[in-house]
Amino acid sequence: MATVNTLIYLIIYPGLLFLFLYSTFVEWYDRKLYARFQNRMGPTHTGKFGLLQPIADFFKLMAKEDIVPERADRKMFSALPAFGLAIVFTAMLLIPVWNYSLDRPSVISFSGDIIVVLYLLSLPTFIFFLAGWSSTNLFSIVGGARVLTMLFGYEVPLFLAVLSPAVLANSWRLAEIAAFYRQHPALIPVNLLGFVIALICVQAKLERTPFDIPHAETEIVGGTFTEYSGKKLAIFRLMMDAEMVVAAGLLATVFLGGFPGGPLLGLINFIVKTLFVIFFLALIRATTSRIRVDQVVTFSWKYLAPLAVLQLLITILVKGLIS
Amino acid sequence: MKFQIPIGPQHPALKEPIGLRITVEGEIIRDADLRLGYNHRGLEKLAEQKTWIQNIYLAERICGICSHSHTTCYVQGVEKLMELEPPKRGLYIRTLVAELERVHSHLLWLGVAGHEAGFDSFFMYTWRDREIVMDILETITGNRVHYGINTIGGVRRDLDEMQVKHILDSLEILRKRSEYYRNLGTTEPSFVARLAGVGYLSPEDAVALCAVGPTLRASGIARDVRKDDPYAVYEEVPFEVCTADTCDVLGRAVVRIKELFQSYNIIEYLLKNLPAGPIAVRAPRRAKPNEVVSRYEAPRGENIHYIKSNGTDKPERLKVRAPTLANYAATIKMLKNGFIADVPLIFAAIDPCICCAERAVSVVDARSGEEKIIPMNTLKQLSQKISYGKEKKRVAEWPL
Repeated sequence: MATVNTLIYLIIYPGLLFLFLYSTFVEWYDRKLYARFQNRMGPTHTGKFGLLQPIADFFKLMAKEDIVPERADRKMFSALPAFGLAIVFTAMLLIPVWNYSLDRPSVISFSGDIIVVLYLLSLPTFIFFLAGWSSTNLFSIVGGARVLTMLFGYEVPLFLAVLSPAVLANSWRLAEIAAFYRQHPALIPVNLLGFVIALICVQAKLERTPFDIPHAETEIVGGTFTEYSGKKLAIFRLMMDAEMVVAAGLLATVFLGGFPGGPLLGLINFIVKTLFVIFFLALIRATTSRIRVDQVVTFSWKYLAPLAVLQLLITILVKGLIS
Repeated sequence: MKFQIPIGPQHPALKEPIGLRITVEGEIIRDADLRLGYNHRGLEKLAEQKTWIQNIYLAERICGICSHSHTTCYVQGVEKLMELEPPKRGLYIRTLVAELERVHSHLLWLGVAGHEAGFDSFFMYTWRDREIVMDILETITGNRVHYGINTIGGVRRDLDEMQVKHILDSLEILRKRSEYYRNLGTTEPSFVARLAGVGYLSPEDAVALCAVGPTLRASGIARDVRKDDPYAVYEEVPFEVCTADTCDVLGRAVVRIKELFQSYNIIEYLLKNLPAGPIAVRAPRRAKPNEVVSRYEAPRGENIHYIKSNGTDKPERLKVRAPTLANYAATIKMLKNGFIADVPLIFAAIDPCICCAERAVSVVDARSGEEKIIPMNTLKQLSQKISYGKEKKRVAEWPL
């Protein structure tokens, strides 16, 4: 029975199938919001309200010709999308969605899993860099270099911002952090500043405007993905969408009190809270213009990092007050 | 590590083909080289085979955005050659269309600048409101892009009261929207961060490199053909030449937004003071042997047509100097020591219209990079020599 359960976790919910469907839905939601902010219609034709458009895009890309550049490292070039997808889907297993009790909040849950999630969310950045580098295209190389340069900017503020609620909750376990804030809802506003910082950093991590620098279309064509086409590009796109779900899930767990209420209510909680986070991500995307890569680093270290330290300070003070 | 990045001839930042070879060190541009000739259409040669009237419609097709600029410039020259005096009402309508064209061109540019900076919301909004101007132009001329309103000796369509009222009403909406874009474009932090200080062009350089239009005026030099050498009815119309002193892309955006408001005022003045009378005079079929230079302030800058007649009904030579060509030298100067990220912005800031500025084709050896200029006949012989005796490729068959 345990084996069957684990298989269900891995393949159906919250594993492969659910994540695939939900990340395509999230892409639709993001596209629709972005379009409405811009006074456009967004997807309308495929399925009801264009809901099936991301899935149609995925299968269309799967059917397209798949080209590997002559001078590229063939093995690495082909393996990277699969690795990236695997990493992001693994990260999803750690998010406490299957929330019966603290004993079994997700497929695997242990003290310190918040660090593992953050680590797993850092890896796609390296996948993007390697993808750009192994393409041996000038635009991809520039894109790859930009991916790494940006990483030095947003990674530290993100870690600080996400870890400060953990400090207040006195735990490194996602499920326990969420449970702590459910018991003490008054303490959620303490982390408001951290939530805003984490939102901005996640936007940078997902490489969306104003941080879509590594694949800035008007500057370096496709950036890291210039040489990718067909199946590999489809998988990369799915990976980006799934990464958005995982990142939104992480923020909702840490800052918004997780997803209580068993399988059904927990699922509804999960959807509402992640869509809430993604709404802000879409809003930032619609209202800003792309900044330069040097401006990202300056912005992160001038404003985000000090504010994140301030958040940590507030957290420690509040912790001292309540204990 | 220095390496070369080819921006173009095919690149998402460019709407038309042009080759920009950029030598970079990391993200910083050390050198830039411009290659033209991907979009040469031989318009000047074609003009020599068409009559004076036919050439109006040819000149219109030099450019899609400033189609009225090229016809007006050409028609003014021909009118000088034929010693014609177009009636006042005709000139008023001609100027009206010219200013509406400036409004649509500048709104288009604002959107393009937004898109190049990755600010797609700005792009979508400005282009939505550009439709209002396009609709006005359609009501006046019947067309959205190639208006076909100019003719030698005046214009081809008259305005009635209803149209005047419609234009004045739409103008109010445009004013309000432009006000919003002025605030947004100059205060949105991430947008301003991208534009400010980018593509510096000192006033001395701008003059020395013969920059024209908003590029020149953003460097603080108030030079405008409409003021310096008035044509049509600009002598009677009150307006100011807009400048900025920041010498960067932000300045170029500000100049264009300021010009939008000047254009609205001009349009309002023209409509309220529209004289009565005929709109055109009859033009002769031939022009006496002579030559003339016609200048016109297009939305992108000074447009020059040189026309030579030989007494027949066709021009002997039509030479077009589009504003983009004059701005290329300044662009190279602006690109140096900038970031790769700024290339599309700096290049878009001159509002390039590439096919307007194409005058020649150079043949480059793909392997050695050697460039030569060869006549058409030699090119034909060369292609025959290469393909001589070779097996013909199978002709594609229609699958059905």
